[in-house]
Amino acid sequence: MEGLYAITTGVLTACGLYLTLRGRTFPVVVGLTLLSYAVNLFLFSMGGLTTDGATIVDGPASYADPLPQALVLTAIVIGFAMTAFVVILAMRARSEAGNDHVDGREEERQ
Amino acid sequence: MTLLWIALLPLLGVLVPVLTARRGRHFCSLATALLPALALLLTLAQLPALNAGEALRFSVAWIPGLGLDLAFRLDGLSLLFNLLIIGIGLLILLYAHYYLSPEEPFGRFYAYLILFMASMVGIVMSDNLLLLWLYWELTSLSSFLLIGFWSYRSDARKGARMALAVTGGGGLALLAGLLLLGNMVGSFDMNVVLASGELIVADPLYPVMLILVLLGAFTKSAQFPFHFWLPHAMAAPTPVSAYLHSATMVKAGIFLMARLHPAIAGSELWSVIVPLVGIITMLYGAWFALIKTDLKAILAFSTVSHLGLITVLLGIGSPMAVLAALFHILNHATFKAALFMSAGIIDHETGTRELGHLGGLRRAMPVTALLTTVAAAAMAGLPLLNGFISKEMFFTETLATPVLGGLSWIMPALATLGGVLSVAYSLRLVYAVFFKSPRQEPPKSPHEPPHLMRFPVELLVVICVLVGIFPAALATGLLGLATQAVLGEALTFYLSVWHGFNLPLAMSFVAIVAGIALYWRHPYLKSFAKSFQPVDARLVFESAMQCLARRAESSLARFDGGSLQRYMGLLLFAALVMGTLGLAGMATLTGSRGNQPLDGVLLLGAGLLIFGGIGTVLTHRHRLISLLMLSVVGLVVALTFARFSAPDLALTQLSVEVVTMILLMLALFFLPQKTASESSPRRNLRDMALAGSLGTVIASLNYAVLTRDNDPISSFFMENSVPGGGGHNVVNVILVDFRGFDTLGEITVLALAGLAIFKLLNRLRLFMPHSDNEGRVWSPDCYPMILTTISQAILPLALLVSAFIFLRGHNMPGGGFIAGLITAVALILVYMSRGVEWVQYRLDFPYQPVAIAGVAIATLTGLGSWLFGKPFLTSAFGYFHLPLVGKFELATAMLFDLGVYLAVVGATLMILANLGKVTTVHRPIKQPESSDTERSTKEKS
Repeated sequence: MEGLYAITTGVLTACGLYLTLRGRTFPVVVGLTLLSYAVNLFLFSMGGLTTDGATIVDGPASYADPLPQALVLTAIVIGFAMTAFVVILAMRARSEAGNDHVDGREEERQ
Repeated sequence: MTLLWIALLPLLGVLVPVLTARRGRHFCSLATALLPALALLLTLAQLPALNAGEALRFSVAWIPGLGLDLAFRLDGLSLLFNLLIIGIGLLILLYAHYYLSPEEPFGRFYAYLILFMASMVGIVMSDNLLLLWLYWELTSLSSFLLIGFWSYRSDARKGARMALAVTGGGGLALLAGLLLLGNMVGSFDMNVVLASGELIVADPLYPVMLILVLLGAFTKSAQFPFHFWLPHAMAAPTPVSAYLHSATMVKAGIFLMARLHPAIAGSELWSVIVPLVGIITMLYGAWFALIKTDLKAILAFSTVSHLGLITVLLGIGSPMAVLAALFHILNHATFKAALFMSAGIIDHETGTRELGHLGGLRRAMPVTALLTTVAAAAMAGLPLLNGFISKEMFFTETLATPVLGGLSWIMPALATLGGVLSVAYSLRLVYAVFFKSPRQEPPKSPHEPPHLMRFPVELLVVICVLVGIFPAALATGLLGLATQAVLGEALTFYLSVWHGFNLPLAMSFVAIVAGIALYWRHPYLKSFAKSFQPVDARLVFESAMQCLARRAESSLARFDGGSLQRYMGLLLFAALVMGTLGLAGMATLTGSRGNQPLDGVLLLGAGLLIFGGIGTVLTHRHRLISLLMLSVVGLVVALTFARFSAPDLALTQLSVEVVTMILLMLALFFLPQKTASESSPRRNLRDMALAGSLGTVIASLNYAVLTRDNDPISSFFMENSVPGGGGHNVVNVILVDFRGFDTLGEITVLALAGLAIFKLLNRLRLFMPHSDNEGRVWSPDCYPMILTTISQAILPLALLVSAFIFLRGHNMPGGGFIAGLITAVALILVYMSRGVEWVQYRLDFPYQPVAIAGVAIATLTGLGSWLFGKPFLTSAFGYFHLPLVGKFELATAMLFDLGVYLAVVGATLMILANLGKVTTVHRPIKQPESSDTERSTKEKS
């Protein structure tokens, strides 16, 4: 189970990173979103993978580690705010620069 | 404590002119003078204690780790300088009151002036090397502001920049020097430093330290070859020139040499460098003072020359030389400030400072003529004036000094030459302005200035004369204290006007006669000077600066190509290298805990995630499909959280996923329809390799962590959740209580992101596509009926659910974040099904205040615990019983969570509703008759 989880995280990371290396804004935004999923999964797993546990006191017998959960919870929300900001920034950049290249200028063809 | 007040009062005084500027200039000037005057009185009140030989010191630790203390001292040297700085400062204030024209922002000017005064007072009173340096920098900055006060003038801006570059650069050298000095001694405390002279001189790094400290002092005091900034600083208003560039700031370097004299002066190196630099400066300045034609330039170069003279004396370093140096500091400050203010008056009343336009002013301005003549005579060193006495002492010391060994006879010869030049330029100044008939008429017809404007000059000239006649009575006390502070022991001396017929008197006589003769032959001199190509220091400096800037730019461009892809590539490569190194150091990847068993659901989930991720990449040039793939990943991530015992996370991820998708869909409309195929195959391959290997590293890392036993700190939270935070849901208690401060930061970021987006959308010129890339026109259909109906029914339900989630959050999965997101999603659904106008009509309020109110509530809840004497964000809770409802709990954490809720709702809607609004306003509307496929958008909604 841990191996599979790790492989999944790795694949998502690789996909996200590849997209953030693209030259146009939209794939970069999508890539950042994907990357934030991967990072959240990674951080979440730092507390170990608990099946049928809970973070409720006096709840089920097995406890899950609550600290990574609390951190990831805020990370998800902040991640949304950042995605939104980057999207709008991309729109604004396109409006100001006239193109959607990440550097604000069309690259010369190599 | 009094010392602290002497140092702080002027600093507080900086605010006074800013606050009182609106109440008129008279009020403002008086109010501004108040605090410095108080500081002056406090300084004088310390005289009895100083005379009694007490050491006045004050010290509070500021940053003990750096050795920086807020430490002040008041000894004879500080006293002498304090009197100069504050006393002349007050006179300058009076003068500036009349000098500035009515429309100029005098409040700002006074504030800069007082800031400068405060930093000078700080320098001379600092009892800690680092504190001294801080104040030193502050004088550079305030002098920059003052020189550039007339910022609309190019020469003022350039002069200010040059002064800042030279003195600021010197300041950096000084910092290095002082740090070295502090390290040698092991303390930055002034007393310790001053007492360890022998230790310092014996240190192998002594020469480096000395050069660095002297660089600081020489740049500040305009010593050759750093003198060039001072004449260009004359672009400042004349009160500034009189104050900073003759009486005080340029004396800071001299002060430093005097202050550190016991610590650093006792070496061969010192007694070679300092007198030589001083004498070169003295002659160089005097020569240019003789050939310049601008009144202020003449005074500036004469200042350079006199600073050189003082430097020579400090370099010689014998007790009597130090006494002469201090005496000359005092004398020079009085006569030079008087001369500068006279020059300002002449400029003010005639409209010019060019000698060619001036002449014969003794008729129009008899009093000013008299005052200027006396002050200039003091500068020339004529008998019965203060300049004479210190100059005689200077000559005596140069005769006695052995600094140059067998060539020491050169010193008195050069000193006499300096005296000759000094007499010549002083004579020229007075004669050309007041007695010679003018070659050209000045722009304005001159007359005497207002009496109070002339008052500072009168006072200073009277001091020149009185000290010149009764030196022993007036100056002995002050100089005795100051010399004692520099030398460490009392010096017995007697200042007298007449020393009998001796060599110094003969030198003075030669200087006066030869000076007059030199001025008589002045035309020859001028034509001689003209045969040289003039070098404008400003042009040289500017071109050097520009060259430097170009070099910096080109070298920066080599590192910073402006390509995000390159930065990302380098960043990821670095991460890859570090990650690989870390993993390579591990013995085995699989830890002791091993794997838990797999099941089919997990396989399916992982398969979906991998499929979604790779699908997103493969289809990234087909935007919509790519987004769909992305949402698959998001949803399965939510399920993963649910599977691994994190219901709070699952709920959050689910609602965020919805909001994110709607946002990205909206953005699709504004971004280009088609993502151009950008990268070359080679680049794609490179990126793939990079991303792939980093993915592998991350996967290995994750696996390594997951299979190892860890010792989490979470048990603390589990144990203290109920007794400390009053909640059973530990995740929520962590968010609102244990780590409440983090959460507060996070909702602040959220609100800020919302506000930033609001600003970014402001006046956005959008590319509104009329159709998609296959030529299909964007559908302006009315909103679908089923969605409209359902959404209306769902809204109250959803709000109810979010209230439920919110209330139970402290004990069961839920809480402010999730409840806020659910509310936001419900509202967005209404937006989507009904359109922005419909909602706006019914729900007419901006979301910005909601988000801000959320952050404010959370902050206030945190602050509230201060009222009960508890640390920030301490939560309180209690259980209550109500009939019918039963037992329930109230906690301040709930209030905090309410803040979180509001911030999330406000920020999310601020983002989406504002983006949605943009679509409606600018959406291209086609007339119905223009085409069949294009219909009007608006009438349906």
